[in-house]
Amino acid sequence: MAKATDTTMTEYLVLLISTALVNNVVLVRFLGLCPFMGVSKRVDSALGMGLATGFVIVLAAAVSWILEHWLLAPLGLGYLRIMSFILVIAAVVQFTELVVRKMAPDLYQMLGIYLPLIATNCAVLGLPLINVQEKHSFVTTVVYDFGSALGFTLALVMFAGLRERLARAAVPAAFNGAPIAFVLASLMSLAFMGFSGLNFK
Amino acid sequence: MIAAVLSLTLLGAVLGLILGVAARKFAVATDPLIGAIEALMPGSNCGQCGMPGCAGAARAIAAREAAVTCCPPGGKGLAAALAAKLGITLDLTAVIDEGPKLAEVREEICIGCCRCLKVCPTDAIVGAAKQIHNVIREACTGCGNCVERCPTEAVTMKPVPVTLQHWVWPKPSLAPACGAVAELD
Repeated sequence: MAKATDTTMTEYLVLLISTALVNNVVLVRFLGLCPFMGVSKRVDSALGMGLATGFVIVLAAAVSWILEHWLLAPLGLGYLRIMSFILVIAAVVQFTELVVRKMAPDLYQMLGIYLPLIATNCAVLGLPLINVQEKHSFVTTVVYDFGSALGFTLALVMFAGLRERLARAAVPAAFNGAPIAFVLASLMSLAFMGFSGLNFK
Repeated sequence: MIAAVLSLTLLGAVLGLILGVAARKFAVATDPLIGAIEALMPGSNCGQCGMPGCAGAARAIAAREAAVTCCPPGGKGLAAALAAKLGITLDLTAVIDEGPKLAEVREEICIGCCRCLKVCPTDAIVGAAKQIHNVIREACTGCGNCVERCPTEAVTMKPVPVTLQHWVWPKPSLAPACGAVAELD
């Protein structure tokens, strides 16, 4: 019994690492690039955005799983999947906005328009759809999405740190601003591709 | 079909209920004065006051950090309204207000450089590279950003032209003998 729990724990740990690093949601799957580019000028706002998005990802995925398995699948309403998921995501984002506004007004000011824009973040919709496609169980879903949220925050904070340094570097005029940020993002993506060599078996 | 309609209705109702309760529970008490001031502002976010948009200016005015005369497009009317709202006595003779003005492009010297379009906060200037630009009066807020940007001084601020749609009967000038003047003084 204890051994069985052990194996599942190891499995979940492997899943966590593989979603956070090997299949990083931004740098390998290229989902959620809007906040990755938009809110990565300062580390503290990037961290806030990463945590807010992570919260939405995990909550929305959990609610979407319940919705899919208790409502859509039994009634054969698979064609309503995207619509109802978006409904859930929008509600969760609205809820997050209310909470952030109450709990952290400074963060609310800093995130500005990007906070409601979490609703249109493709990572938030993409992960529940991947969960359905790969037929994850509820716990796997939560672990998978928590790992992805962790990976998203990690990528965002690392990118913001690099961009903070980049702001002081002498960049050729033609590359200044967004172009050099995209070059940097692609280099980071290449670096994250290296994690695909990780072998857990 | 009915299952789909019912399930979406149910979903919407439940989520709406949750959000409604959350909005009550996490309500943030904002100063109603800021909202009232923001409603008075022009709302074009032109940035001439040096603050990030009209909402920022409203916050600064409510906190008494900015003068009520800080909004050039608002002019004398706005300054008077804000002073009344905040209970400040204000000497309005110092405020220069030549009435509302809108940008106008002098077509004979416009070179079509497109610089004015980029600084317009309301996208009120139409034009393309090497084409003469023009101002859509209904969209222009008279912030004057384009005047400084124009390399040929083709953009000028002109008093709002009187058209049939918004001509009003001019106010009768107040004669000294009139009884109403005594009340005003």
